[in-house]
Amino acid sequence: MIGSRRQILVRKILIWIALILGACFAGLPVLWMVSSSFKSNLEIFAYPPALIDYSFSFDAYKAVLSDPGQLRFFFNSYLVAIMVTICTVVTSILAGYSFSRYDFRFKKFLNLIIIGVQSVPPITLMIPYFGLIVWLGIYNSYTALVLTYMVFTLSYAIIMMTGYFNTLPRDLDEAVMIDGGGSFVTLWRILVPISLPGIVAVGVYTFMLAWNEFLFALTLTRTNDMRTVPIGIHLLMGQHSFEWNQMLALSVLGSLPVLILFLLFQRYFIAGMSAGSVKG
Amino acid sequence: MSEPANIGWEQRKRKLLPYGYLSPTLLLLAALTVIPIGTVFLYSLVDNVIVNPNPPVFVGLDNYEEVLTNRKFRGALSNTMYFSIVSVVVHFIIGLSFALLLNSRLLSANVKAIFRVIYILPWVFTASIIAILWRLLLNPHGVVNFVLLELGIIPELNEWLSDRKLALNAVTFINIWSGYPFYMVSFLAGLQGIPDDLYESGRVDGGNAWQLFRHITLPQLRPIIISLALLDFIWTIHQFTLIWMTTGGGPLRSTEVLSTYTYKAAFSSHEYSIASTIAMVILAICTFVAIFYVRSQRMADE
Repeated sequence: MIGSRRQILVRKILIWIALILGACFAGLPVLWMVSSSFKSNLEIFAYPPALIDYSFSFDAYKAVLSDPGQLRFFFNSYLVAIMVTICTVVTSILAGYSFSRYDFRFKKFLNLIIIGVQSVPPITLMIPYFGLIVWLGIYNSYTALVLTYMVFTLSYAIIMMTGYFNTLPRDLDEAVMIDGGGSFVTLWRILVPISLPGIVAVGVYTFMLAWNEFLFALTLTRTNDMRTVPIGIHLLMGQHSFEWNQMLALSVLGSLPVLILFLLFQRYFIAGMSAGSVKG
Repeated sequence: MSEPANIGWEQRKRKLLPYGYLSPTLLLLAALTVIPIGTVFLYSLVDNVIVNPNPPVFVGLDNYEEVLTNRKFRGALSNTMYFSIVSVVVHFIIGLSFALLLNSRLLSANVKAIFRVIYILPWVFTASIIAILWRLLLNPHGVVNFVLLELGIIPELNEWLSDRKLALNAVTFINIWSGYPFYMVSFLAGLQGIPDDLYESGRVDGGNAWQLFRHITLPQLRPIIISLALLDFIWTIHQFTLIWMTTGGGPLRSTEVLSTYTYKAAFSSHEYSIASTIAMVILAICTFVAIFYVRSQRMADE
C-alpha cells in the first residue's frame, strides 16, 4: 500500500530538498544579519559580499556593550518586560479562574469584551492615550509602559489561562472546598501549582510581546533613560551616518533574551499558544 | 448574629467573588481601552481638538465625509487591504506547507526538532529588528540584489524599498517572512490532533495523498484556519512598526497604510480630528472582522 522502497527514497529526497529550501528562506536572512554584525562598517556592503571577511571582529559588540546609553536600553527593556510579565500573569490567573470556575451574570458579555479587546488597533488608542497618560501624571515613566503593555497582553493571556484551567477537572478544587479551604486557597494551593505549564506559556508570550513593543514605547517616553531596545535601534537608525554593524549587534543582543526564552520553553509555549488561540 | 443574615452574606459574597477576581482586569480595560475609545470617538465628531487655540466645534460626521472622500485615505486603504490580504494568504500557504513538512513520517524526531527551530526563527525577532535586517538585505548594494543579479533573475540593481513600483510588494514580502511561523506552530499542533485512524480508513478506501489532504487534513484544520486567518488579518491591518521603519509609508505614499497615515495626521500634521476619524475607521474595519473571529471562537468553545 505504501509503495516500493524506491518510491520512498524519491519521496525522502524531495522532502529533504523542500526542507532545505525552507530553511534557507527562514534562516539565511538571520545568518546574514549575525555575520554582518561582525564586519566593520565599511565592509557591510562590500562587493562581492562574503559571509565572513577579513574585518571579522567583536568591535560592534564592544561598542554597544561599553556604551552606558545602550546598556540602559537593555536595563529598561528587562525591567519593563519582567514587570509586565508578573502583573499580567497574576491578573490573568485571577481572571481565568473566574471565567473557568464561576457562573455569573455578565460572564458571556465580559468574555466577549476580553476577546474583542484583541482586535482594538493600537493606533486607535494612540491619540487619546497620550493625553490620558499625561493627565495621570505617568508620562515618561515605567508605570505608563507597564500598564499599557498589560492592555495588549492581558486579553490573550486570559484566554490562554481560562483555556488551561478548563482542562483541569473541577473535582480537584471541589475536594479542597469541602475540606474547608476558601476559594482563593483552592486557586493558590491547588490550581496554580498544577497549571505551571500554562502559566509559563502565558509568561513567555507576555515577555516576548513586552520586549518587542515599539509604538507606545516611542510615544510614551521622552528621555533616552526611559527608552527600550527597539527604540534604541530606531534612534541608531536616525543618526547621520548609519552604524550598520552596531545596529546589527544591538539587534542580535536584543533578540537573544527572547530566543533563549523561546528555546527553553518552546514546548510549553507552543502547547499554550494553541490551547489559547485555536481550540481545534 | 442571626443565622439567615449570615447565609445572605455568604451568598452575596459568592455572587460577588467572580467579579472580585476580574476586578483588576476590568479596571485596567475600562481605564485604558474603553475610555480612550470613547475619547477618540468624540474627537472624530469635533474640530479644533488638542493643540488648537480655537474652541472645539461639534461638526457631526463632517470629518468622516472628509476622510472617506480623500484620495490619500483611499490610497492608504487600498494599500492596507493589499498588504493584509496577500500577507494572510501567503502566511497560510507557507505556514501549512512547513507544518506538513515537519509532520512528515519520513523524518526522524531530531531532524524535525532542528528544522522546527530554524523555521520559527523569524518569529522571535521584533518588528524593528526585522526592519533593520531587511533594510540590510534589500539595500541596493545588498546581498539580495547581488544574488539575483548573478543568477540573471533581475537585469539591474533594484531599489527594493525606495522604488514606487516595488516598495509595497517588498514590505508585504517582509511581513510574510516575519509572520508565517505563527501559522506553522498552530498547524503543527492541529495536525498532531488529527486522529491516525481517519487517515487509515482513508487509505483503506483507496485515497491518494492529495485526496487524504483534501478530504481529511483540510476539513480537520478548518476551525484553526478560520480563527488564524481572521486574527492575522486584524493584526496585519494594525501593522505599524514594520512599515514605519522600512519605508515610513513612502516613496510617494506607495506603502502608506492606514496606521502610518493616522500617525502622520496626528503627530506630524497635528490634525487630531482627522487622525481620530481615521483611527475610528480602522477600529470599525477591525471590529467587523473581529465579529467573525469571536463567532469562530464561540463555535470552537461549543
